[in-house]
Amino acid sequence: RAMAELPPSHSSASRAAALAAAYISHRHGSPGHGLALRDVRRARREDIDGIGHKYHLEFVLEDIFERDSTVNCTAEVLYHLGNKNSAPDVQFTIEGELKNTDEADNVFYNRIKSLKKELEAENIPDSYGNVPPEMQPIRALAWAASGYVIWQNSAEDTKYQLAQIKRVKQVKRTDEYLEFDYVILLHENVSQEIIPWQMTVLWHPQHGVAVTQNGRLPEHALD
Amino acid sequence: IQLDFWLSPRGPGDPVDVRVPFPSLQPLKVHLEANGVPYSIMIEDVQALVDREQMQMLRRRRFVPLSTSTFDYTSYHTLDEIHAFMDLLVAENPNLVSKLEIGRTTESRPIYVLKFSKGGTNRPAIWIDTGIHSREWVTQASGVWFAKKIVQEQEEGLATILDQMDIFLEIVTNPDGFVFTHTSNRMWRKTRSKHSGSLCVGVDPNRNWDAGFGGAGASSNPCSETYRGPYANSEPEVKAIVDFVKNHGNIKAFISIHSYSQLLLYPYGYTTTAVPDKEELNQIAKEAVAALSSLYGTNYKYGSIITTIYQASGGTIDWTYNQGIKYSFTFELRDTGRYGFLLPASQIVPTAQETWKALEVIMTYTRNHLY
Repeated sequence: RAMAELPPSHSSASRAAALAAAYISHRHGSPGHGLALRDVRRARREDIDGIGHKYHLEFVLEDIFERDSTVNCTAEVLYHLGNKNSAPDVQFTIEGELKNTDEADNVFYNRIKSLKKELEAENIPDSYGNVPPEMQPIRALAWAASGYVIWQNSAEDTKYQLAQIKRVKQVKRTDEYLEFDYVILLHENVSQEIIPWQMTVLWHPQHGVAVTQNGRLPEHALD
Repeated sequence: IQLDFWLSPRGPGDPVDVRVPFPSLQPLKVHLEANGVPYSIMIEDVQALVDREQMQMLRRRRFVPLSTSTFDYTSYHTLDEIHAFMDLLVAENPNLVSKLEIGRTTESRPIYVLKFSKGGTNRPAIWIDTGIHSREWVTQASGVWFAKKIVQEQEEGLATILDQMDIFLEIVTNPDGFVFTHTSNRMWRKTRSKHSGSLCVGVDPNRNWDAGFGGAGASSNPCSETYRGPYANSEPEVKAIVDFVKNHGNIKAFISIHSYSQLLLYPYGYTTTAVPDKEELNQIAKEAVAALSSLYGTNYKYGSIITTIYQASGGTIDWTYNQGIKYSFTFELRDTGRYGFLLPASQIVPTAQETWKALEVIMTYTRNHLY
């Protein structure tokens, strides 16, 4: 087992940190709360024979709604050798407490539950980077859900980001969950491709974000 | 019943498209079903589409500025608006600024470069380009801001530089792609060239330069976002700059600006071999990044292209460096993915301001170390 220190600016460190951030976003995100990678502080790479490459990371996440609110994290990201169908393993710790967003989550929940017609929207943000205030929670929810998709589809030589929500449509449910069907664009930083992706997202204030269905869409799906 | 035919009836078996006013919907459906005529809904609500288009058009400032002082630097502009801005800037500052046409794009658009010069003949020069990848909108917007800033600083912060050097600024380096991001696909990156044998359009202008061309770090697939093109300099947008640089012969610093990722990079991208001037470039990058961060605390990382982002062959600054332009740098501006290419317009000016601080460091250093 060989361990090497990487400069925090190294591409491998950025990719592993982006993956860890996506994973944490999924685990802790909600319509009222989102986390994004702010900075990589330290990175080490461990080559484990027959297993894969494990990155030991120290990084900073920022609150997407309040950029001055940051939190320090550590994570271990293991990319499995050979098996491209298996998502990397991520273990993480967050220093200190995350902001409690129960109120914002409940406000959103009640707002959607009381809509007469199912919510539908397109192009969030729009071409100019605008996100209408009432769409911020929809975006935060997509941010958390895309964290799952990114984690499941990442490899050591990829770096995904949520680029845009092309379409979102609420799906009526008889139970207490909220369900949204999203078509998103993922930007893959190494190939520079913009990839349309479908994801069905379930959420409830007490139950976190679940992606029940997701898949890559063909290019012309956007037309 | 007031049916509005968008594709009129031509004959049996031919499709018909019709806009149906709300009160006529039910009667029409009943009629079609009773007669066994199959139909499908193409647009659920035409009014919603029209309303949205109206809103988008109103939101774009239609007002034409009469001077570069009334120009709105805090919003994103179209190609025509940027061209109008350039002409205003030249008209207001004829002794400093001129507009050069260095070539034409695939779709025959002019490729303009602004020249800032206080005189002399073929002085050592600094080159800055923005918008080579059309979807990176904060870069063209920053380029516009830089143009105005240079004029404003000509007797102050930039005086010592402009007394010895010229500055060339190409704001819209990929005009065809830029127009396409406005009219059709906001995420378009490449040029709009069509090379025979493929249905896919466009070449990645940052893989089309003659540096490591054909090697790993670019794609040979025309449908790929990093398609290198059929041969180096196949793209007129790239060839125009290559010709300009070679003919000028006295460019001492070359800065090509992209977004996003918040990085300041130096060559190489196509090989892991370090450039001979690595220590010096690294030190300049370190100082430039420190200056940038001092304004708003924005975090930047720096290093060579290949170690910091990825292997990329046929890249701009690899070529310029190999031409002997020692101070060759690439920026990746804000942000780190929160908005990515869709950076809110409110961040244009802060981004341009902090980037300018870094550019000042590079330009000053170049002027103090002319070679």
